[in-house]
Amino acid sequence: MDEPDTEPPLVVVPGADPSARQLCFAWGPAEVLVCETLFDRAGGSRSRCWHCYPLLTGSVAGTGQGAPSSSQVFVVRRDQDIYIQTLRKLFNESHGIFMGLQRSEEELAGKSRKAQLVQVSKNYRSVIRACMEDMHEAAVATQDPALQGQYSTQVSILSAMELIWNLCEILFVEAATAGPLLLRLLDWVRLHVCDVDSMVREVLSSESPSKHKLFWNVVDVFVLQGRMDEARHLLSKEASANPTSMNMYKILDDLMKKMPVPSVGNTQTLTELELKWQHWHEECQRYLQDGTFASNPHMESICKILLGDEDAILEKKELMTTWYHFLVTRLLYSHPTVKPMELRFYAQSSMDLFLGGESSPEPLDLILMAAFEFEIHQVIKECSIVLSNWWFVAHLTDLLDHCKLLQSHNLYFGSNMREFLLLEYASGLFSHHSLWQLGVDYFDHCPEYGRVYLELHIERIPLSTEQKALKVLRICEQRQMHEQVRSICKIMAMKALRNNRLGSALSWSIRAKDAAFATLISDRFLKDYCERGCFSDLDLIDNLGPSMLLSDRLTFLGKYREFHRLYGEKRFPEAARLLLTLMTAHIAPCSFWMTLLTDALPLLEQKEVIFSAEQTYELMRCLEDLTAGNPDKQKFQDDDVETTKVEMLRLALARNLARVIVKEGTVEGS
Amino acid sequence: AMEDVSAKFVSQKISRTRWRPLPAAALQPPDLFATGSWDNEDNRVSIWSAGDLGNAGLNGEYHGEPHLLCDIQHNGDVMDMQFLDQERIVVASSTGTVTIFRHHQNNQTLSANHRWEKAHYHVDQDTSCGGAACTGVVCNNPEIVTVGEDGRINLFRADQRDAVRTIDNADSSTLHAVTFLRTTEILTVNSIGQLKIWDLRQQRNEPSQIFSLAGDRVPLHCVDRHPNQQHIVATGGQDGMLSIWDIRQGTMPVSLLNAHEAEMWEVHFHPSDPDHLFTCSEDGSLWHWDTSTNVSEKPSFLHQGGRSTAYLSHSTINQSVVSAWLSNDPTKDRMEITNLIPNQTLSVNSLDVLGPCLVYGTDAEAIYVNRQLFA
Repeated sequence: MDEPDTEPPLVVVPGADPSARQLCFAWGPAEVLVCETLFDRAGGSRSRCWHCYPLLTGSVAGTGQGAPSSSQVFVVRRDQDIYIQTLRKLFNESHGIFMGLQRSEEELAGKSRKAQLVQVSKNYRSVIRACMEDMHEAAVATQDPALQGQYSTQVSILSAMELIWNLCEILFVEAATAGPLLLRLLDWVRLHVCDVDSMVREVLSSESPSKHKLFWNVVDVFVLQGRMDEARHLLSKEASANPTSMNMYKILDDLMKKMPVPSVGNTQTLTELELKWQHWHEECQRYLQDGTFASNPHMESICKILLGDEDAILEKKELMTTWYHFLVTRLLYSHPTVKPMELRFYAQSSMDLFLGGESSPEPLDLILMAAFEFEIHQVIKECSIVLSNWWFVAHLTDLLDHCKLLQSHNLYFGSNMREFLLLEYASGLFSHHSLWQLGVDYFDHCPEYGRVYLELHIERIPLSTEQKALKVLRICEQRQMHEQVRSICKIMAMKALRNNRLGSALSWSIRAKDAAFATLISDRFLKDYCERGCFSDLDLIDNLGPSMLLSDRLTFLGKYREFHRLYGEKRFPEAARLLLTLMTAHIAPCSFWMTLLTDALPLLEQKEVIFSAEQTYELMRCLEDLTAGNPDKQKFQDDDVETTKVEMLRLALARNLARVIVKEGTVEGS
Repeated sequence: AMEDVSAKFVSQKISRTRWRPLPAAALQPPDLFATGSWDNEDNRVSIWSAGDLGNAGLNGEYHGEPHLLCDIQHNGDVMDMQFLDQERIVVASSTGTVTIFRHHQNNQTLSANHRWEKAHYHVDQDTSCGGAACTGVVCNNPEIVTVGEDGRINLFRADQRDAVRTIDNADSSTLHAVTFLRTTEILTVNSIGQLKIWDLRQQRNEPSQIFSLAGDRVPLHCVDRHPNQQHIVATGGQDGMLSIWDIRQGTMPVSLLNAHEAEMWEVHFHPSDPDHLFTCSEDGSLWHWDTSTNVSEKPSFLHQGGRSTAYLSHSTINQSVVSAWLSNDPTKDRMEITNLIPNQTLSVNSLDVLGPCLVYGTDAEAIYVNRQLFA
């Protein structure tokens, strides 16, 4: 079981004063709300009257008499880097790489799979580098010193991230073997120790480089980094300026030229290399011992470096600037065929020698050391503690997991480390007003808890426009998150209803197949109709199509409107039949029967007889059911208007019955 | 080919991309485009240069990635935008406001030139509460038509303070997009699968014609009209379906073509080469629909690696007509369609085509310019 072995970092909330007042807080998904309470520090408050005020007050509060005007709610965010504008490029571009990696084919065998993973790793690094450049440009461009400081900090954090990532790529992803390993480490040092570049430029651009006071420093830098061709080129300038020591130069130049180096192409075996190297080493040794370079301390020191003399190399500490440069130089000249598992010994001793007890290792040193020791989990743990974002550890861990390097490690809190870190990172994205969309795909690739996290987070996305709601809805629908789909549609339907947009409200509830809500909206339509005597939103109601079947009330609404349309088109018999069916088939709610019967009045009064005898009887039964079965019987008797209506209906029905009997009798008789 | 596409990550989700129109008789390809962002705390309207023409190669192509010329803060999400002329852009906001921005080319700045606050709004029974998102805008200088979530249609003139004409409650559902059919007629699409024609000369507040999808009323999100044959209209729906309508006859689409797997956000006929049509979608794809040549004699430029190419047969209902978009001869009439963005995961919200150039913007906060569409 892992126990945290460092104190959690202290977060200072600017503006809050915990020494004066007690703070209270509430956890959010990726944020903490903190606010000052009205309790003072001592607990026993002298101003007791304040206790009756609500403890949580927003920043706008403070209207109450005793409430302090400073009452504020602070949002404390965990993943702060998420909010840095320039880093959004990192988040977005790496999202694409991440998705590519998840899609990539695991079936690819051995070498091609490794090449693929190395390429992915390089892509991640190039995004970090691009971001670093942008940040650097921004730092140069800005006038604001505070902002400049911020950018510079970010540049150094990004550069440290890239340094660590690159080392992990060499050791874990590519898993370079003895020989190529050294070449990779040399590239790594050359890429990241760039403090000397300006010095090199200054010397090379001077009128006569060999006279420049930094000339030998530059030669040394080249030698320390194993850049032999460049070193020899510089030395040749010195040689032509100093013909007297020509011989000495020629010998040194020859030694440097002959130095055997591991080759990438596997043309020689390690044993061959070691033999050659041994031979070359002895040759250097001979020249040093017979005092060939004794007259020139610079060249003598270079020869010592070639021999891997630790003291001679350490003398150039200033030029190497870091212990890991020292390590790689040392390996180059003493153990060029170092095996991965031997690295830890050289790394530890190099750090000890380099720091020499004068300073203690920084977090970055410890992370690199853990990498050299192949303690992958330690690397990730240290990075999680030190870095101010989850981006780095989440993506690195995912990549290492794809390299099948993390499979044995399960955390005591449920999921594995990869998933845990991805969840943290994605939660950070979801707390951002704009980056939340990226978070979805990360949750998708967390098999254990991703779904639950997504469900919890997606409901908290503010649905400011229909367009945004549609995007959120699409995410939920694609993942069969029925509960969330319903909830989103309901929220949108509710909003539309509040804005009196019945049509929109209805289409949202149709989308969610929310029958109850469709009924509610249909009732609103019917109520509007009863009040105004005409339908609103005909374009919608006339085009309900199959969605009409979603709820009984909606069906009624559609059918009732159809009745009006038939009536309007003077298709009376059809209209009459429909009207009757609405009641007899109990499609219409009872509360609406009176309206329907009233609608029958003009049909009863037509010159033509429309309702058949049978239909008329049914109408009469409906009317009697309504007046008899209505619990508000009183209402009918008290309300004059209603009574008159019922009387008029009875009369009209009776007259229609009379007419229809005559008519039907006549027709049958003839 | 993919190599002709340059991308730029812009740290804001892009909702709209629009080429600046070319002056009449211009020979160069378009060089400037505008973008709008959405879902940011601080949304922006930006003007970009498509790349450097000067030091370019032999045939006057552009090189390098797009670079920002100027931008301006915009209140609310940019829902839609359209160039009014060479200098002015009309922008529709989620706050309901419609703004004309002017691009000052001499000093590369943008400024708000005119603003109709809450051109779209909801009215509660008692109080007026907030604006309603303006979802679509279309210009025919000096006329500007806007539609919104409030189902309202506004007709503005760039030089007049008040709306020339407003149709309240023109639609009971959300209007998603609008385009001109003729100078006085507009087309709208809504969230219950209807395509409507409105004649702005008539005082009636009713559409002159309603077309609708059969079956499920799938919402329509975008609409474009064939530039030469005005009776041919293309719309895109929530299910990603491309519908081709012949508005001279029937009330249903002539053909339904399926390529996208989610909302189709925009559809555009190529303005000068309308045998080509482009659509983009929430599913992260951008399809090029090509009816220009017979498949058998097709040059091979669309068959390059990495792209998925498919042939679709029209499921046509109607006969007649010269246009390939409406014809239904199954032997001759095959359409070649190509996804121009394989492997994109986040939504392509907007696209615009002009001359040989395509520009599109995504929720992955990137803009892409393809300068050799027909290479």
